[in-house]
Amino acid sequence: MLTMHNITKTFRTVTVQTNALRDFSLRIDEGDFVAITGPSGSGKTTFLNIAGLLETFDGGIYELDGQSVAQLKDAQLSKLRNEKIGFIFQNFNLIPDLSIFDNVDVPLRYRGFNAAERKRRIEDALQRVGLGGRKDHLPSQLSGGQQQRAGIARALAGEPRFLLADEPTGNLDSQMAAGVLDLLEEINQQGTTIIMVTHDPELAKRAKREVKMRDGLVQPAEKMQAA
Amino acid sequence: MIKLADYNLKLALKNIRRTPVLSALMVAAIGIGIGMCMSMVTVNYRFSLDPIPQKSDVLHFVQIDTWSADFPFNEGESLPNQVTYRDAKALMSAKKAHRQAMMSRAALAVEPPGRDERPFFVEVRATTADFFPMFDVPMLYGSGWTEAEDIAAEQVVVLSAETNERVFGGEDSVGRTLRMSGADYRVVGVMEEWNPSPRFYDPTGGAFSDSEDAYIPWELVVTKELPRSGNTNCWRPLEGDGLQAFLNSECIWIQLWVELRNADERAEYEDFLDAYATTQKDLGRMPRPLDTRATPVTPMLQEMGLIPEEAQVLLGLSVMFLVVCLLNTIGLLLAKFLGKATEIGTRRALGASRGVLFQQYLVEAGLIGFCGGILGLGLAWLGLEGIKAQFPSEQDAVERVMVLDWNMAFVAVALAIVASLVTAIYPTWRACSIQPAAYLKAN
Repeated sequence: MLTMHNITKTFRTVTVQTNALRDFSLRIDEGDFVAITGPSGSGKTTFLNIAGLLETFDGGIYELDGQSVAQLKDAQLSKLRNEKIGFIFQNFNLIPDLSIFDNVDVPLRYRGFNAAERKRRIEDALQRVGLGGRKDHLPSQLSGGQQQRAGIARALAGEPRFLLADEPTGNLDSQMAAGVLDLLEEINQQGTTIIMVTHDPELAKRAKREVKMRDGLVQPAEKMQAA
Repeated sequence: MIKLADYNLKLALKNIRRTPVLSALMVAAIGIGIGMCMSMVTVNYRFSLDPIPQKSDVLHFVQIDTWSADFPFNEGESLPNQVTYRDAKALMSAKKAHRQAMMSRAALAVEPPGRDERPFFVEVRATTADFFPMFDVPMLYGSGWTEAEDIAAEQVVVLSAETNERVFGGEDSVGRTLRMSGADYRVVGVMEEWNPSPRFYDPTGGAFSDSEDAYIPWELVVTKELPRSGNTNCWRPLEGDGLQAFLNSECIWIQLWVELRNADERAEYEDFLDAYATTQKDLGRMPRPLDTRATPVTPMLQEMGLIPEEAQVLLGLSVMFLVVCLLNTIGLLLAKFLGKATEIGTRRALGASRGVLFQQYLVEAGLIGFCGGILGLGLAWLGLEGIKAQFPSEQDAVERVMVLDWNMAFVAVALAIVASLVTAIYPTWRACSIQPAAYLKAN
């Protein structure tokens, strides 16, 4: 379970102060598939970065699987992120000079699995996203849809409890996007909690629940479900 | 983290291949800096090596200030580097040291036994019997001569391995006769190759010159009136003509060494030297303030200035050049590592802590440093060859000095790696400190 209570986050420059999240509260249960929607600047990505332990917050309480993360050090946050969270990026963020196999291997290396265990997990994950025969390819040799599938395989290989997806279909055509979304639904049905940030209302409808954000706050319609 | 060592090495190799030009520039910058620095370090290292480490603290070079009251020797920078005949004989005959040797150089012409062979000149060291055991001279055949042969001024000779090879074809020539400058000498010993570097036992004749070709009892210089070839300095004119006037003069031309095995022996000998000099002052000699010394090998080499100042200046300049090269490398590393901000952000998202990434990029910097070190070794070798080419007339001595040995090779590579790691700390810290979220979306 992921819970945020009264989270605040402010970005400051010399001249401007931006309140990205203001008393933001949200609870996401095990097995949920939540779409976070809202206009640009509403705080969606900031929420996702904080949820993914990539960014700190100024105030409030954030618990991941019952563990408060506010006081954790970088190494502890990295370990937690590696074990419990998988990321899917809009731009795929595959490392260009590593093969697909080696890209999926990255989080497993940091987990400290032995070679045999890594190989098994990588091959399982690639089979699961339909890229079993492409493991030796470089990212540049794959289509956009295939690259995103490789990104999903990389996120899945560590068997995370939470999958955080930031505009996962933003760089794909509609056919490829549909395929990726089918895959996410399938992954969710198998028990992985998915939190997806999107602009696309059609995409949001495929989620079990939609959280609308505006000006760093959850919109009133969702307040009832908030923690 | 250790589990990631092989992974980090693999990534480092991949990253170097991915940016070959940038990597090559860094390797070149480090290599050139290390190469130049190591050339100079090697020269200084060879100059400062202890030539006789097993005995350098017990062998003492004897000096007495016998110079003029009006002007000091060497403008006051050091005491006279040799002693007079009178002082050498007096100190030797007192036998106050465990071992003692007086010596000077001479030049003789060898007349080879074969009728068709032409005579040739050899550099000769005239010395006393203790020379060989004092300086641990390695013998191939036979031994040095005895004190009795010294006193009797016997015509005996110890040959260098090279001279024995030239005259006797390398055979055991002990007992055979060698004719030099019209007199017959009985060969009593043949030395192994022996070229202490620097040639500490004679500070007047070139620190990196070859050892002499032949060694004869010192008394022969007087009894046979052999032609001297060493350095002679006088501060007042001779009183009369001929050898006896020279021997009675204040001219310095003899090096005197003593072996003092411990602090007590050294203190005792220093007292003896002072007492001797005081007696001489009472006799109207040695007008300058009392100053006598018995100095061990290493400080003696430093005092005699056997390490050229130019070498030390060049070393300083080369270290500064290395620093400039490393500063360039910092800029290149910064460009390289910050260019990978998206990859760093991705790896952070996938579970790499700052520490893990820091280690990864340090491995890459270390690998670049290793390559720079290997290149630097090659350039240092080229540099030393270039220096050697500047001294064609002293090829043998220069060959001995300008050698990049295993110690220096290890130092070169280690220095390159350490320098690269130090250089990489700031760029790596900057790269690992980026906010991953800022780069994951902006790709």
